[in-house]
Amino acid sequence: MTALLIEANNLSRYYNDHCAVDDVSFSLAKGEVLGFLGPNGAGKTTTMQMLCGNLAPSSGEIRINGFDLLDQPKQAKQCLGYLPDTPPLYKELTVNEFLTYCGRLHGISFKQIKHAIDLAKDRCGLEQVANRLITNLSKGYQQRVGIAQAILHNPKIIILDEPTVGLDPIQIKEIRALIKELGQNHGIILSTHILSEVQESCSHVQIINQGQLILKESIACLNQRMNTGRIKVSTRSTMNLDHFSDINNIHTIEELSNNSYLFHHDISNNPIELIAEKIVNAGWGLLELSPVKQSMEEIFISLTSNKDSA
Amino acid sequence: MIFTIASRELKTLFLSPLAWSILAVLQLILAYLFLTQVETFTSFQAQLATINNAPGMTEVIVQPLFGNASIILLLVTPLLTMRLVCEERRNKTLSLLLSAPISGAEIILGKFLGIFAMLAVVVILVSLMPLSLLIGGELDIGKFVCNIFALLLLVSAFASLGLYMSCIASHPTIAAICSFGLLLLLWVLDWTVGLNSQGSEIFQYLSILKHFQNIQTGLLNTVDISYFLLFIGTFLILSIRRLESDRLQK
Repeated sequence: MTALLIEANNLSRYYNDHCAVDDVSFSLAKGEVLGFLGPNGAGKTTTMQMLCGNLAPSSGEIRINGFDLLDQPKQAKQCLGYLPDTPPLYKELTVNEFLTYCGRLHGISFKQIKHAIDLAKDRCGLEQVANRLITNLSKGYQQRVGIAQAILHNPKIIILDEPTVGLDPIQIKEIRALIKELGQNHGIILSTHILSEVQESCSHVQIINQGQLILKESIACLNQRMNTGRIKVSTRSTMNLDHFSDINNIHTIEELSNNSYLFHHDISNNPIELIAEKIVNAGWGLLELSPVKQSMEEIFISLTSNKDSA
Repeated sequence: MIFTIASRELKTLFLSPLAWSILAVLQLILAYLFLTQVETFTSFQAQLATINNAPGMTEVIVQPLFGNASIILLLVTPLLTMRLVCEERRNKTLSLLLSAPISGAEIILGKFLGIFAMLAVVVILVSLMPLSLLIGGELDIGKFVCNIFALLLLVSAFASLGLYMSCIASHPTIAAICSFGLLLLLWVLDWTVGLNSQGSEIFQYLSILKHFQNIQTGLLNTVDISYFLLFIGTFLILSIRRLESDRLQK
């Protein structure tokens, strides 16, 4: 048995002629929280549906916890907890009844089911509403019931499609904490188009655009990538930009506003010290000198738009 | 697993007013028809007593009652089955079943059993009425049991076809109309027999009504029973196939 929880090899999925997912391969190990990022219609949901056996891939294979999803669907699905983009709720049931049903579907025995439900309710903060009809719950609570359903049978892999949609900021925070906690002992995939969410709760990130995987990196690498490259400089009096031409590391200087500039430089060698020295020596009155973090949004936009032009 | 799905299906039916109102309306209509049948019997009773080998209470009351019940159930079953798969697909709850460790066959069988249990309740309620006649008279128990058996087979056949229609239709109403239309067609096929055309024998075989009436008379024939079993099996297998092909296309 392999240590990898999910192995997806060369997945493709066509809807008639339209290619929704194009030759995507990735893997997920225990303890990883993988964020699936992409604009609308990028193929996030399709990929997740394929992983959960709701859609058959046009080509490629999926192994869940070592079981092939096509050959041994039952064993494979036993390791999965899935929250689709619309939570699958029977609205005429109460929260307790619904969770009992879900537990039974996943083969939890009558003895253990109460304990499992109590744990899931506790984790998702559902104790207050346990005996209310799902149809009467707010959208946020319904979403939480959906999450409770996905983690109920303590699956090795939890797949959450946009889990924080419709939640208020406090609930989002709670869910993120929950994801982090679960991420220690499970493998989690979550999809979102909210970038800060990936930064908050994921250990790895995959950016998918027009069905293709265009970036796969750990958050630590990505953060490093975002740290470097640009320095914002403001001075009191006007600078003579020619003075900086002898610093090799500076690629371009971009004027932001009056006496405020953005220096683009090499990542390997930070020229910040040299710049400061020159400005002070010239007596321009240094007001601000700060490295600019490249935000996730910018990386995302540059990556996805590059793809469009290519 | 099958029973988990079946019991939820049954529970959902009884949580909504649908099951209750159907049971109430059916019982009201059938009770009225039962009473008229009893009335007819009592008015002819004196004359019947003089005839040799005259039809008894079972023939005059039970058989027409179950015949009427079968026609009313033909109208009602599509209403019960239309939501089975169709609504789950529309409400996106189907993915809960599809991503759970259960096979398509278990899902379909669970749903079928759930609806069968509901229809069995109807059949039991219908059967209770003739049973009340035992207080003052005698029933041909063999024939009575045959009638119950025939009605159970018949509603199972209705339910399997309705289930399949619910699998292929995109909207519950369409599922109901299609299954009602098909059932009615299979029902009336027998009527062309009088025309004495070449195909009449095939039509006669295909007609549900004929097989139902055969069993009703107390004649347990392998042909009739296997007709129903084949009918149910075919549509259940078709439903399973249809549910599994959901994953392939879209």
